[in-house]
Amino acid sequence: MDFWTTPVGWTLLTLGQILLVTVVLLLSVAFQIYGDRKIFAGVQMRKGPNVVGPFGLLQSFADLGKFLVKELIIPAGADRAVFLLAPLISVVLALGSWAVMPFAPGWVVANINVGVLYLFAFSSMGVYGIIMGGWASNSKYAFLGSLRSAAQMVSYEVSIGLIVITAILLSGSMSLQQIVVSQGGGFWNWNMFGGGLKNLPLMVVMIPMTVIFFISGLAETNRPPFDLPEAESELVAGYAVEYGSTPYLLFYLSEMSNILLMSMLLAVLFLGGWQAPFPTPFTASWPPTLVSLFAFFWLFIKTVAVFFANAMVRSVVPRYRYDQLMRLGWKIFLPTSLVAVAAVAGWRVFTSV
Amino acid sequence: MDLTAIAFHLLAAILLGAALLVVTVRNPVHSVLFLILSFFTGAGLFVLLGAEFLAMLLVVVYVGAVAVLFLFVVMMLDVDFVSLRFGFARYLPIGLVVSGLLLIEMILISGAVAARGAVSVVKNSLVSGVSNTEQIGRVLYTDYIYFFQSAGLVLLVAMIGAIVLTLRHKPGVKRQNIADQTARDRKSGLRVVKVNIGEGVSE
Repeated sequence: MDFWTTPVGWTLLTLGQILLVTVVLLLSVAFQIYGDRKIFAGVQMRKGPNVVGPFGLLQSFADLGKFLVKELIIPAGADRAVFLLAPLISVVLALGSWAVMPFAPGWVVANINVGVLYLFAFSSMGVYGIIMGGWASNSKYAFLGSLRSAAQMVSYEVSIGLIVITAILLSGSMSLQQIVVSQGGGFWNWNMFGGGLKNLPLMVVMIPMTVIFFISGLAETNRPPFDLPEAESELVAGYAVEYGSTPYLLFYLSEMSNILLMSMLLAVLFLGGWQAPFPTPFTASWPPTLVSLFAFFWLFIKTVAVFFANAMVRSVVPRYRYDQLMRLGWKIFLPTSLVAVAAVAGWRVFTSV
Repeated sequence: MDLTAIAFHLLAAILLGAALLVVTVRNPVHSVLFLILSFFTGAGLFVLLGAEFLAMLLVVVYVGAVAVLFLFVVMMLDVDFVSLRFGFARYLPIGLVVSGLLLIEMILISGAVAARGAVSVVKNSLVSGVSNTEQIGRVLYTDYIYFFQSAGLVLLVAMIGAIVLTLRHKPGVKRQNIADQTARDRKSGLRVVKVNIGEGVSE
């Protein structure tokens, strides 16, 4: 037991945790892509992937193999170093964000006390992968796509930041683990419903905030109906137009992983994270591993539910026009969330005295 | 040498190297990218100091917002590298003088601060057992509340100023009015026209 507290043991332990999270995450992304395509197909009354493996379950792995063996093409006028660096930066930032995500009580790689800010910092740096990729491709389509994407992500980050502040105010902490702990004991304690029975009137503010967070998350991850950066009808494929084989795979992986991250972040901030939706006194006598698995089960259910909503929006809602997207972000979401921050902060000050 | 020292020397070396490359590299986009790398490494140094809140804010504000705008401008500007290079030797002496003055000022300031022991004063005023986010909040909203609020006002004025300078109401520009669009009903939106054969719709 002592070995794990020495520097060498600690390093090995942390590396093992990182490896475990990464492997599970990559597997989840593979099935997330499958689920996404199946939902999209179901809405359009198609079958979707159904050839590789039982029910097409192994489709993502076949795609992975195809991406890996394809030839790597670098456009003639491209800036080689930046062109290859861009997808790497994207994927490093997308995987790095998972370090602070609390999966269950005690199941977190780095439980830092500014976890929310860490996630926010990483998602704001995610712009660079896209903007560098678009610029280095030396193509007008890619460049226009990357400019759109950067403007869009910077705009929606502002409203996401303000909405996250409302959740921080309700939970009184910036540590994600602490935010989840503060929402325990039943669904009425979730931040979506004001975080506790005495804050129940805040439900009027927090339910719209949850919805706005969901929509801003769609825009932040360049997901339809806000996928203007890659609007294939006008910009072919936006910033990714010159990319193929493994670099494109990395872009796609980071995009999908970010969508999963946003779904889980919504669950953590507003839907109680790994807390069960009802009081769980019966788990007191359970072994700790079973309690953790039980908690992880709830987080999993919530994340899948949010992702399902995400995929349904993608298949049902038509694409926005760019000026409408900007108007929505700056003229509607930003003022609304600013008022919500003031309202929640005022409520907290005047009821806690 | 313990782990923190190794991390410090590594980050400091990257920071200095990136900062040097910002001014020496040929392509302006690359130099902005190196600027971003040096911001990011600076944030890493803050983390080593135990100021994780400042580190995250540095990344969110400078790397995530300010540097993106830098990159925008540099990517879209058509910079003539040859003429830029041409002035380099001519302005070198005055640049050296200015940077030398800055260096002397920084040495004097840090010397004075170190002599007065400002670091230990700050350390003593901190409450133990409270995260540094909360400590910054406590200092910012008590002792420095007026400075903090006036800094906010200065930024507000700058923002309004930028809008006033650039906002122009051009006549004759068609704009989308969402309220009008959603208020449209069948009566105002639809017109039934009887068209005679061979005449078409005049208008």
